This record gives sequence, structure tokens and C-alpha cells, in this order.
Amino acid sequence: MSVGEVVRFALRGLSANKLRSALTMLGILIGVAAVILLVAVGNGSAQAVASRIEALGTNTVTVLGTGRGATLTLPIASALSDPVLAPDVASVSPVVSASATLTYDGTDHDVNSFVGTTPGWFTASNTPVGQGAAFTADDEAQGRRVVVIGQTVAEELFPGVDPIDQQVTVGGALFTVIGVLAAKSSTGFQDSNDTAVAPLTAVRQVLTGYGALNSILVEAASPGRVSAVQSQVASILDQRLGVTAGDTAPYRIQNASQLLETQTETADTFTALLGAVAAISLLVGGIGITNIMLVTVTERTREIGIRKALGAPRRTVLTQFLIEATLLSVIGGALGVLAALIGSRFEIVGVRPVIVPSSVALALGVSIAIGLFFGGLPAARAARLRPIDALRYE
Amino acid sequence: MSRPVLDVRDLTKTYGDGPTAVHALRGVTLTVPRGEYLAIMGSSGSGKSTLMNILGALDVPTTGSYRLDGVDVSRLVDRQLALARNRLIGFVFQAFNLIPRTTALANVELPLAYAGIKAKVRRRRALDALDLVGLADRARHEPNQLSGGQQQRVAVARALVTEPALLLADEPTGNLDTRSTEDILDVFDQLSADGRTIVLITHEKEVGDRAGRLIRLVDGQVVTDVRQQAHR
Repeated sequence: MSVGEVVRFALRGLSANKLRSALTMLGILIGVAAVILLVAVGNGSAQAVASRIEALGTNTVTVLGTGRGATLTLPIASALSDPVLAPDVASVSPVVSASATLTYDGTDHDVNSFVGTTPGWFTASNTPVGQGAAFTADDEAQGRRVVVIGQTVAEELFPGVDPIDQQVTVGGALFTVIGVLAAKSSTGFQDSNDTAVAPLTAVRQVLTGYGALNSILVEAASPGRVSAVQSQVASILDQRLGVTAGDTAPYRIQNASQLLETQTETADTFTALLGAVAAISLLVGGIGITNIMLVTVTERTREIGIRKALGAPRRTVLTQFLIEATLLSVIGGALGVLAALIGSRFEIVGVRPVIVPSSVALALGVSIAIGLFFGGLPAARAARLRPIDALRYE
Repeated sequence: MSRPVLDVRDLTKTYGDGPTAVHALRGVTLTVPRGEYLAIMGSSGSGKSTLMNILGALDVPTTGSYRLDGVDVSRLVDRQLALARNRLIGFVFQAFNLIPRTTALANVELPLAYAGIKAKVRRRRALDALDLVGLADRARHEPNQLSGGQQQRVAVARALVTEPALLLADEPTGNLDTRSTEDILDVFDQLSADGRTIVLITHEKEVGDRAGRLIRLVDGQVVTDVRQQAHR
């Protein structure tokens, strides 16, 4: 009896129980698709976090004041650009920010971060201007009231209007829009396109006053010099602020690559968690397969008896049932992979899933192994029965 | 005279052992020549089903020898038994035992498939067998679309299709009404007239009366063995 013949028998066996076959495959499909998709969502969110942090610039450190009072001041900021004490610093951008309301032609729009800084900030923070131009050092020195707005602000305030050279009111003063920032990939909770950037002098004058700076963005000469920059900045600040060894420093230095590391770790944990949930669903799916296979074989013990009475050797019977089980789990698994591939083309809870190839192999492998084992085991038992016992089986 | 189809000597079958042992067969000796139509009768518990299972190579005897068409079946291993069942024996069961949700034609083809015969030849032979039992027009029907009598006739066609040395029927009319019983017995009469060897097990007297030879089994032993003029 040829293999093709046995495969035909198996197919006939499956099509004789269409609904049950379909339900079994559905169980496997859901299990496999869940594993692949959930791992893909975890992976996708990890990658999104990583790219967001990379967009901040990985060759910068951010100095934040933590103590009370005016820790970070403009003189301290300028002290950081010291070619002798801090040779690896490429640029220093003092930053103030406040929330503000922009008004144009009777329309209001609230921005969370109205940033005041120096022109060097645009390159250091990896925030290129898409349309128009950034303000210049001269604008900054003169305190000209010009502003570069983010994409979201442009869309909100100037629907269908070219925002360049329009005037918006911020904190009772008129600012002229001179540029629009290029759209930034923004995933997560904050819209990074909902911002506005103006010269430091103008923002201090109009919005924040002449108090402390919110932060200082320090750019390293190269990504490899970031930790060197960090220690150089720390020693200058310690000296300036009179911090002695053992004291808690009234500032904090954030390093984008450190941030990246911790965020990636968090994302990995997240992925592992999702993977565990998915593995449970695969397990449940596997128990479903086991159940169906057991029921199928038990129910068909009589059929096995008939086949044996008609002269089917044990091996042929076993092969038929094994092929049935394999087809169910392979087709179900393949459909599951297909469903996951289709599902991954859509955003899921704001995350674009990125398929992890090993999860595909794992999910498919586990489902096929479960199908084979729990389909094969009862089939082997039934095939070993003496035909007379199988025939009498009720 | 050619060798007998069935040659059973001193067959015993014991279930269990020790004081609780049940002696289903206590030394049955039986020879069936080719072309004979034999009915084995007995009340329930007489050991006729046990005998049938052993004759059909579905079970093995405890002691004694059993030659089927010259082959000593009691010495065969599983694989060879499967082959013997396929080539030498055609079964008809009381409960029809057709494979559910499978057409009559596919059911009849099944033993040929296990014999490794090509699909085309198989189909032709299966259709011929169905024609013989008068069901050629029902080839595409599934068992649940057929009456009991029709199902049993499909089962007979399936038993015949491999041209076995022995047609073995276990209470083939046990689940049928009078008319269907008549249909099946007519088929058996016709097969017997064609020279087939048939062993039929029954507890109904009118069924036993149709056979050319009647054996009565009581408590695992042959009590009467008569050749008779078959009644119609």
C-alpha cells in the first residue's frame, strides 16, 4: 500500500469530520497566531522605544537640576563649553521650557513644551527643521521673537495655511513663525510633534523669567566620547557648584545610551511577559488538540477494528492516523502563521508589531509536536489492539 | 479431492486462568471443503462467536491447530495475520461495520486498497461486487443513506471483492427485518450456487435451514453435524 494511498485515506478521514477538523485547526491557529503576534507586539514596542531614544540623540548628555533654587544658570552652561577642561564637548545648549498657549486668528492651541534654547540645540537634539529655517545665533542674541513650531502645532493652528511668516500670540507677545520642525516619529504617550522652539532670550523674557534653566543639553564630539563628556561635565559642575566628595550633587546627568539600555531592558521584560501569556495560550491550544485527538481516536476505535479485520496492517493504520494528526497541526499552524503575518501589518494598541522569526519556528514546532504526540499516542494504542477488541469497543 | 478451505483440529479457547477460567471452546474439530455452505448454530454462550473470531483470524486459539486454505493461521504474527484476513477471508458482521461517512463504493474498495491494488482496477472490481449484490446504483451513497438491508449487502460486497477463500458471516441477519433477511439470504444462496465457501453463524433456525450443512454447538463442543437439503 503506497504512501499516497495512506495520505488519501487520511484526507478522507479529515473531510469525513469537517466541523471537528476545522475546530481543531482553529484551536491550533489561535495558539500559534497568539504566540507570534504577542511576541511581535512586545518586540515592536521595544524597537519603538529604542528608536525614540535614538531620535533624542545618543551622543548627548542632559544635565538636569535637582536641588532647590537656581542650580543651573546661564554662566554654568557657558562654563561647560571649555576646550581645556571639557575637550570632548561639541556644543552646549541651555534649555528652558514651559507650557504655553499659542493663539492665531482666534484659535488657541496649548503646547506642553514651549522650548527656549540656542541654535545648536537643533543638531544636538536631532531635531531638524523641515520647512522654513531655524533661528540663528543673531536672533538669539537680539532676543527676536521668532518661533519654530512642531508639525502638530502647524496642523492645529494653520489648517490649509502656510504658517511661515504668520504671527502667533504667546504669553501676550507676538512671535513670528519662521519654520516648522520635520515630523518626528512619535509613539507612546507624548506627542513629540506638539512643541515649539524659540530663542532662549525671548522665551525667558516672555514666559519663564530669568530663573534657573530647566536643563542643559551637552553634545559629545562623537558617540564614543559620551561617557568622557559625562565625567568632564560632572567635574566642572562639582567645581562650580562647590560639591565636595560625599555630598549629594544638586544635579543629575542623563545619558541617552544609558536611558536606551534601561528602556530596552524594560521592553525585554515586557516581551518576555507577553511571550509567557502567549505560551499559556499555546499550551491551552495544545490541550485542545490533545483532547480532540483523544476523542477522535477513541471514537474511531471501532473503525480501526474494521480496518484491521479487512486486512489493514498495524503500520498502515498508525500511519493514517499520524498523517491525519500531522495535517491538522501543520495546516492549523500554517494558517496561524499566516494570520499572525496578516495581523502584524496592523498597529496593535499603538504598536507596530515586528515578527521575531524564532517565535514563528517555536510556535509552529510546539503545535506540530503536540499534534503528533497526542495524535500518535492514542492511535498507536488503538492500532495495537487486537481487531476483535477494537471491534467490540463501544 | 482438493485441500479443505477450513481444517480445524481440536481447537480450545480458554479465557482467564485458574478456578475462574472460562472454557469457551472445548475441542472443536471441523473440516470444510471448498464450495460448502455451512451454518453454525448455537445459543448464546455456546462459543460460536469465539469460534467465529478464531476462524476469522481475529483471535488466536489457546490450543489446537487451524489451517485456513492450507495456511496454519495459529502460527502467524500480526503482519501475516493482517495479510491472511485481507486475502483469505471476507467478513460480514452483525452490525454491518461499514466505515461511517464514506461512500458504499469506497467501503467496498477498502480491502482492495489494503491489498495494494491500483485505483482503476479497484473501482471496477468494487462496482462489479456492488452489482452482484444489486446495489450498483447506490455506489455513491453513504452508509447512513442506506437501509439496514442495503448496508448489509454493501458489507457482503466488501467481503466478496477480494475473492476470498472463505466468506465468514457472523449473525449477518441479526439486525435485519424479515424482508432484508430474505434479501441477504438470497445473496448467500446465489454465492453458494456460484461455488463460494460460506461459513455463517446464527441462532435463527430459518437462517440455518438455508445452509447445506448445519453444525450445532453446545458448551464449546460440536453436538450435531448434519448435511441437509437446503430449504427455500
